[in-house]
Amino acid sequence: MAPGTVIIGASHAGIQCAATLRSKGYEAPITVISAETQLPYHRPPLSKGYMTGETSPENLALRSADFYTTERIDLRLGKKAARILRDKHQVVLSTGEKVDYKTLVLATGTRPRPWPGNDMPHGIHTLRAFNDAQSLRTRIAETSGPVVIIGGGYVGLELAATFRKDKQRDVTVIEAAPRILARAASSHLSNVLHHHHLSAGVQIHTGTGVTGFESHRGTVTGVRLTNGTVLDAAIVVMGIGVIPNQDLAEEAGLPCSNGIEVNAYCQTTDPDIFAIGDCSVFLMNGAALRLECVQNAHDQARVAASVITGEHQSYHPVPWFWSDQLGLKLQTAGLIPHSGTCVLRGNTEEGRCAFFHFDTLSTLTAIETVNQPALHMLARKILAANVSPTHEQAADPLFNLKHLL
Amino acid sequence: MPELIFRQPDGSTQLVSAENGSSVMQAAIRANVRGIEAECGGACACATCHVYIAPSDLLLIPAAKEEEEDMLDGVCAERREGSRLACQITVTDALGGMIIDIPDRQY
Repeated sequence: MAPGTVIIGASHAGIQCAATLRSKGYEAPITVISAETQLPYHRPPLSKGYMTGETSPENLALRSADFYTTERIDLRLGKKAARILRDKHQVVLSTGEKVDYKTLVLATGTRPRPWPGNDMPHGIHTLRAFNDAQSLRTRIAETSGPVVIIGGGYVGLELAATFRKDKQRDVTVIEAAPRILARAASSHLSNVLHHHHLSAGVQIHTGTGVTGFESHRGTVTGVRLTNGTVLDAAIVVMGIGVIPNQDLAEEAGLPCSNGIEVNAYCQTTDPDIFAIGDCSVFLMNGAALRLECVQNAHDQARVAASVITGEHQSYHPVPWFWSDQLGLKLQTAGLIPHSGTCVLRGNTEEGRCAFFHFDTLSTLTAIETVNQPALHMLARKILAANVSPTHEQAADPLFNLKHLL
Repeated sequence: MPELIFRQPDGSTQLVSAENGSSVMQAAIRANVRGIEAECGGACACATCHVYIAPSDLLLIPAAKEEEEDMLDGVCAERREGSRLACQITVTDALGGMIIDIPDRQY
């Protein structure tokens, strides 16, 4: 049979792309290659519902096993793509096997940023994949001592919340930047969340780095901080960000910077090769953007599928994101500007509020909400429609933002 | 194991055995029912598992909580009286034989 689409990576982006191709009537073969052995799964619950045990492994599945058979998607689990031979339109697997493609989609995701130091004692974890979550869960069950989380990003804070609230552990978060969520949220939202974690009993040290680890017989017992303190630790989780998996693309001569570079159609400089999801970087309003979220994975997957089937949709996202921690539902729509004005709607003390972010031209660019899902859904519509409330309208909970649409 | 009937916009139906205690969304995903996207995996964060329940059947299931009500505000297809998010409905025997209509779009 003539070659069809080969997708490398079977997470949110890869599987959505395969599903969308079929729903658009794509008839050619679809092969999905994944180094992981599990049926493709949802990643967000790994730090939350799966970590507490509330979500069963079966309920993590993105699609049922049946789906792949019914939709004629050749899911090759436990196979690692080793090389792309662009001139031959082939992917070489680590086993030496070659897979022909007409179109190749790179949905290779990211991997945890490695710790720059040398010897890592046992008991230091990262969290990206199902197997990571498994070993962290096992380790939590086997120990009772304090947990130290290095990195105050979303994954680190979600784990801190889970370990504190559901496992009643002593939890400390270490963040090198002056505030938590420095990269992913506004200082206003960081502040709300910081206080919420403190009241739940999580300890947070910002502006503090880690110089190394203490260990006993090869297992971690403490974390040494830049201020000289040593924190006792039975478990350490490293949440210091991720780096995009772009090696395959780089070795194939495709331009990469912080991610695999793609145009508005999710195409690399080789029109037969697409890159979607966390591994891709694209230009939005002149700035390079690499988004690490489920929304971006799904939406880029749909764009790539549309181009492959000849519809040529382009990607103009309103990025959105959610996190659940300690009873707070945090949702962000849009991109927070580097400089501009932030307007508060509601009361941060009451646990229901929103931050409206305007750029220096008073254009609304992002809304962060706390326990206000309806407002979040509306925010996505307002941002997609390119309309802005005035600062006064944004601040007034009685002003119905629906009137702007 | 109550049986649910998922009905597509074109009228075609699919009979699905659902496990008590799971969500209607999970039952749909396991049975590969088309038109239920469930992008967020049941976190009540995406509104892409929107379904329609017949208003008379709504009485058989617990009413939507505030969070679900809020998210329903943002569904892509028309919101109707029987609009619910499938991830927020727990399967019980009371759902046996219930017809669950899939909207024409989720995003």
